[in-house]
Amino acid sequence: MTTLSLALRNLARNRRRSLATLLAMVIGSVSILMFGGYVQNIVDGMQTDYVRGGGHLQLQHRDYFLYGSGDPTAYGITGYEQVIVLLRADPVLAPMLTVVTPTLEFGGIAGNFAAGVSKTIFARGVIVSEQNSMQRWNDYGFPGDGGTLALTGTGEDAAVIGTGVARVLRLCAPLQVADCPQPTAAPIATGAALPTDVAGLVAAEPQVSDPKGADAAAQIELLAATTSGAPNVARLKVVEAESLGMKEADDAFVGLHLGAAQRLLYGSGTREVNAIALQLRHTNQIPLARARLDELLRTSLKGFPLAVYDFQVLNPYYDQALSFFGAIFSFIAVLIGGIVLFTVGNTMNAAVVERTVEIGTLRAMGQRRLGIRRLFLGEALLLGVFGAVAGVIAALLLAALINHSGLTWTPPGRVHPIHLHVRVWGEWRLVLGTALGLLAVAALSAWWPAGRAARLQVVEALRHA
Amino acid sequence: MDPLIIENIAKTYHLDRVAVPALRDVNLRIRPHCFTVLSGASGSGKTTLLNLIGCLDRPDGGVITVAGQRVAELSDDALADFRLRHIGFVFQSFNLLPVLTAYENVEYPLLLARSPAPQRRTRVQELLDAVGLSDHARHWPGQLSGGQRQRVAIARALATAPELVLADEPTANLDSQTGASIIALMRGMQRDSRATFVFSSHDPQVLAEADDAVVLQDGRILRVERRAGVPS
Repeated sequence: MTTLSLALRNLARNRRRSLATLLAMVIGSVSILMFGGYVQNIVDGMQTDYVRGGGHLQLQHRDYFLYGSGDPTAYGITGYEQVIVLLRADPVLAPMLTVVTPTLEFGGIAGNFAAGVSKTIFARGVIVSEQNSMQRWNDYGFPGDGGTLALTGTGEDAAVIGTGVARVLRLCAPLQVADCPQPTAAPIATGAALPTDVAGLVAAEPQVSDPKGADAAAQIELLAATTSGAPNVARLKVVEAESLGMKEADDAFVGLHLGAAQRLLYGSGTREVNAIALQLRHTNQIPLARARLDELLRTSLKGFPLAVYDFQVLNPYYDQALSFFGAIFSFIAVLIGGIVLFTVGNTMNAAVVERTVEIGTLRAMGQRRLGIRRLFLGEALLLGVFGAVAGVIAALLLAALINHSGLTWTPPGRVHPIHLHVRVWGEWRLVLGTALGLLAVAALSAWWPAGRAARLQVVEALRHA
Repeated sequence: MDPLIIENIAKTYHLDRVAVPALRDVNLRIRPHCFTVLSGASGSGKTTLLNLIGCLDRPDGGVITVAGQRVAELSDDALADFRLRHIGFVFQSFNLLPVLTAYENVEYPLLLARSPAPQRRTRVQELLDAVGLSDHARHWPGQLSGGQRQRVAIARALATAPELVLADEPTANLDSQTGASIIALMRGMQRDSRATFVFSSHDPQVLAEADDAVVLQDGRILRVERRAGVPS
């Protein structure tokens, strides 16, 4: 007869109360696990989006991150092809890499001069096939991959614009943008004539090829400053207007082929990019890959003024979201922990009162105070173990039910609804943390009643009726 | 050596601000291997004296020596160990642990004393045989009659072979016939085990069996009746 088996029998003795306490613990642990699993899914989803879009790490000119938005061409990476070849061939990095791809980002003005409208934009030039490979990264097993870019299979002069850009440039009809009412203030149909130099550039641009046979009206002129500061214009055929989930991005985004972006910014000169994105097989390889990149920057890439940034630095919203969810999770966990604490504490207090004579009898027989304390702590710990195990099983079952229910939701920063997924299976740190937390709360809640039982005077306890 | 020596014991309880003296200047020697009964009217101090003898409570003054040990000098843990090794208890309401079978109730003090399993088994079986409950070893207390429960309690009190067995009104919750059989059983076991038994009781059947009778009144010993010589 060990303390634990005696504790177990005492729990079984008042089944209804023990089950009610267990139920409170199960509900508590299920709530924590479900919320934790839900949050984890959001965080993993955000990470997946960022990694699919910009890789885990980026090599940039060391000043580009802070100053590049004002003058991106001033902080380009000269000889980036050589850097990419070296990275892909590096024996340490190569096994970790899935994609290494250059990108060129810049600001400019997109205009639909036929409609007399223009808009300041943020453009991103990419190698479409490599970006499509990046979209397949799925370290967290989300259903489906990221799909392919709308630029896939298009000519060099194709572009994708945000729906907000499409609205402003009066391209809703050809691009079939929904929710695009006519503005009350009509655009100036006959504005001032284009400056002669810009008009000349536009005239010099070849007419957009139309491989897909789409409406020729979906064209924009993209104006940007070249490396010398002179304006340059590219006429691009817009193949799709896409919503990016945030109005600021929708109102400014233009995506195009890297070659077209480089031709616009560098003309016939030396072409550069302002970032080399590296996508790794797994996120946990970041420290190793980063260390290797730092080493390469000190050795093979010594002549390149580059710096390494990870996706968390490049996307500060990710860390902010982590902190935000972390704070909410902690708040909920503390709240639930408090409820469980008082529930178990109440149960143990009632048990001490009910079993006062037994406590006196045990003490009279020679049980030490510590033995009494152990007995009640053992009961609470057993409740904790059963509650944690049942809670984890219930959470896994409930999560599986939800994950197979076909429910959808639209997370922040997304446009299309996704499957509601609660990530409990596989999140063993969360599961273990919750189970251990529950055990700790159970032990803590029994500490005072157990101490009270142990401190009872034998005579007083035996006299208790 | 007398198993129990009580010198100038006093005990006062405090109910709110009122002091209620329960024992006053009590001196007593309990003879070894005897069946001693503490008797007296309700409130005479029988139970208080028994609690002090059993090291369940501490006196306000005086000295209690049990099995040669001055118990006032012992810490709480040492006192618990002392009770385990030297004193057995039989309670008026039996006080069996309801979650343990008859066997396990008898075994429990041996577990506390860390008695090896084979010896434990033998001892428990022996005691259950002695109280006539071998067939009820796996019964829960709730499945036993009052008399049977008290038999289990007696077996439990004797489990660690203590020098001193204390019983507080052991027949109070039993009918007279069962009470008589319990007294006879205890008397027999006291003789077999050669332990010293001290009872508090005003049951005439118990008094009739006593070797010595200590009569208390208002917290003082009125008289001590030595009815028999010390058994050899």
